[in-house]
Amino acid sequence: MSPSRAAALRIAPQAPAPAAAPGETAVSARDLSLTYETADGPVFALSGIDLTVARGEFVSFIGPSGCGKTTFLRCVADLERPTGGSLAVNGIGAGAARLRRDYGFVFQAPALYPWRTVERNVALPLEIFGVPRAERRERVARYLDLVHLSGFGRKFPWQLSGGMQQRASIARALCFEPKLLLMDEPFGALDEIVRDHLNAQLLGLWRETGKTVLFVTHSIAEAVYLSGRVVVMSPRPGRIIDIVDCAALGRERPLEIRETPEFLALAHRVRDGLRAGNAYDA
Amino acid sequence: MTPEARPPRSGGHALPVAAVVLAILALWYLAALLGNWSGAADALVRAGAAPEAGAVAAATMAQERPVVPAPHQIAQELARSLFGLPVTSKRSLAYHASVTLSATLVGFGIGTALGLVLAVGIVHLRSVERSLMPWVVASQTVPILAVAPIVIVALGAAGLTGLLPKAVIAAYLCFFPVTVGMVKGLTSPDRMLADLMRTYSAGRRQTLWRLRLPAALPDLFAALKIAVAASLVGTIVGELPTGAQAGLGARLLAGSYYGQTVQIWAALVVAAALSALLVAAVSLAEAGMARLTGGRPSGAGAR
Repeated sequence: MSPSRAAALRIAPQAPAPAAAPGETAVSARDLSLTYETADGPVFALSGIDLTVARGEFVSFIGPSGCGKTTFLRCVADLERPTGGSLAVNGIGAGAARLRRDYGFVFQAPALYPWRTVERNVALPLEIFGVPRAERRERVARYLDLVHLSGFGRKFPWQLSGGMQQRASIARALCFEPKLLLMDEPFGALDEIVRDHLNAQLLGLWRETGKTVLFVTHSIAEAVYLSGRVVVMSPRPGRIIDIVDCAALGRERPLEIRETPEFLALAHRVRDGLRAGNAYDA
Repeated sequence: MTPEARPPRSGGHALPVAAVVLAILALWYLAALLGNWSGAADALVRAGAAPEAGAVAAATMAQERPVVPAPHQIAQELARSLFGLPVTSKRSLAYHASVTLSATLVGFGIGTALGLVLAVGIVHLRSVERSLMPWVVASQTVPILAVAPIVIVALGAAGLTGLLPKAVIAAYLCFFPVTVGMVKGLTSPDRMLADLMRTYSAGRRQTLWRLRLPAALPDLFAALKIAVAASLVGTIVGELPTGAQAGLGARLLAGSYYGQTVQIWAALVVAAALSALLVAAVSLAEAGMARLTGGRPSGAGAR
């Protein structure tokens, strides 16, 4: 597998970006809040979120349902409008960043168009952005190779397994080379084995491309394994209760690292944070 | 699944299909026998013959103007008027069918185009939905038989005769299913697919062409099958009220004026066959589209 990936990178015109340079922020939230007005009174989806994500960082968001982790991601993507505080994405407003096509979004489900082949699904954003046909074909081939789907381009989504479909949707989010990758529980619906495999692939991808990744998950192991930092959130109101730094695990992480004492200690801390945030639920 | 477990492709269906056809024919002959009995008996008496059961039964199958023509009489009439006459003859059913077919197709085209435009407008502009939808619904509650003469007379006064007035009536009937089907289809993509287009900051036009329209295709074809049959009905209705010179509707009307029941039934059979052919053509187009779009025309699910 790795020779083909190396080949893909040789074709790539841009060199893998270096790790985060100091002073460059990808996402910066200050006292961010989002309140829905409902018939039963206001619902505080997010409140007082302060967070800065540097370029090239991999940050996970973990917490129980309703803690606002997905809402925060959707605010960054300008799919939701915050009702208070400030939010900057790559130095500009979230709306402007969306219009500039600064980010690729990977949803919980692959969200592939069933009437398009895999390669035409990956080409969809390129078509919308008006990328010429020849370049489109070249990029689609490169990114399908990057997610190990070469040879499946002519298949329709239903002919692929769930894991392959989600990989295709990752290729679709990467192919227009956004600076930022927003992933909303992308592997939540997959079984453990496939999930492990995709986690390892995603980590490799992150190291190679140097993208900033914001990753929402339910899984403690997944969050700690993938991330430089894990943001632990709690509901009612959605807020950050702890930020666990996992950089000590290094950038090269074999799957077996999850059995090391260092890893388990970090996972334990995340679990403690989740428990503290939900003490009143028990 | 083992090959033996699979039912044979056509053999499995041939038997029930044949049984139903035979049952219909048997019922039809029975209806002809009963329906024509008294007329046939009277005719025999008038001719001075004894109305014996066997003779009356035979006569019910061979009357010139039966109440219920027997299937073989209709078959003979069809053979004569479809193939026994030159296609250009005014007495040829093929000629009348082609007149009706051309108006049907033009009406279908107009109605489909109108239905599509309305649906796109309704989906994109609240004001169009609010202002037009009540009229669209109201238009379908008016009996077409009442509207048809008005349309023909009004267009005739404007100098439009022949094919176009009939096509307008056909379009009047067939735009509605297209509008309703397309509105459903265009709004069928789920939230996630729409969000995806937003993350690409795709405009309305891009979203329409790349997401809504392809997602609407299965609903569109379902609507088109209804629309094409409705279009044929509209055309025939349009041929009825004005003493049109040609077309299946004119043929039906002439048949009823002169009590030519066999001619009426033959025209009816041709109309039904035409309708079946048109629906089959739409199905064929649908199958072709399904093959192009992945063989699973099941709407726009996210999975």
